[in-house]
Amino acid sequence: MYIANIILPLIVLFIVIYGIYKKVNVFDVFIEGVKEGLSMTLQIFPTILAMIVSINIFLKSNILQDITIYLKPLFDILKFPSEILPLAILRPISGSSSLIMLNNILSTYGVDSYIGRVASVIQGSTDTTIYILGLYFGSIGIKKIRYSLLVGLLSDLSCIIISLIVVSILF
Amino acid sequence: MVNYIWAFFVIVGILYSFLVGNTDIINTEIISSASSSINMILTILPIMCLWLGLMNIAKESGMLDIMSKKISPVIKILFPEIPKNHEALGLISSNIIMNMLGLGNAATPFGLKAMKSMQSLNKNKDAASRSMITFLVINTASVTIIPTTVISFRLINGASNPADIVLASIITTVLSCLFGLVLDRICYLIWRRKYVYS
Repeated sequence: MYIANIILPLIVLFIVIYGIYKKVNVFDVFIEGVKEGLSMTLQIFPTILAMIVSINIFLKSNILQDITIYLKPLFDILKFPSEILPLAILRPISGSSSLIMLNNILSTYGVDSYIGRVASVIQGSTDTTIYILGLYFGSIGIKKIRYSLLVGLLSDLSCIIISLIVVSILF
Repeated sequence: MVNYIWAFFVIVGILYSFLVGNTDIINTEIISSASSSINMILTILPIMCLWLGLMNIAKESGMLDIMSKKISPVIKILFPEIPKNHEALGLISSNIIMNMLGLGNAATPFGLKAMKSMQSLNKNKDAASRSMITFLVINTASVTIIPTTVISFRLINGASNPADIVLASIITTVLSCLFGLVLDRICYLIWRRKYVYS
């Protein structure tokens, strides 16, 4: 936590000092970048609105929760802890809802439980694949995403499996 | 493909809510999610401006070039299509560094700039280039050294040592990222021919 608080100011400090040292008009150049940030944000707004609307409709329909209930017997056979399942499905789709899910898991099963640790590791070591794909490709108008979704989701799956193994070895 | 994913979420979500009968929630959700995207943009906007401002200083002072040269041996293996000393390499490395430090918000502006820069090298503007996909695989696998958000959630829930998952998290994220990169290479080799003439 403390290290994280130092990192950001250090990066800012380093960039500015290095800029002054190289005789860059830091203020003017900074403003230039801010302008670019403005237009870029406006440019990605349609994509963000589109992604949020469709993802939220999907999440609020409760379909994921119901799927988890139906899949539970199957995962019990595979010895996969089905408590993780809602988080595992939500993680690639929505960052904020998977954080809420993580919080539920931590308060229900305990932070230092196997389930709690696995959930923390999953949340910490993957990102919202579908959202990132939509945002990054949408921002530059890519329509054919080729094999990217396949690779992204399979590496999310690998992350879940690896975290189950790593946590059981380390703790 | 983006079209299908988007439509899939909307259609399945609405049809399913009809099926189980919670149309009230969906009804309000459609409007409220559109307005919540405004809130999201408002939180993104200042961060975006701040980081692109700082990045511009880093670019003008030559810091980005130095960074891309330092990391280039590794990046070059991952992104063989990007020419040496191209701006995209510096942006990609900045994005990866920010992600590693757990500054996801700061990583996004660099990521978007990197995509734009890779798009300028892309021959078929409609289809994702090989480098873009590799870049997204690295991003979604998100190699993070300190998962700050997770640690703070563990702290709130009363963990005796909230950061004890850091090592497990690093091992997992590195292994799954490597897995993703290998898979990315394999998929590229499989589908390479199909896209040569497209």
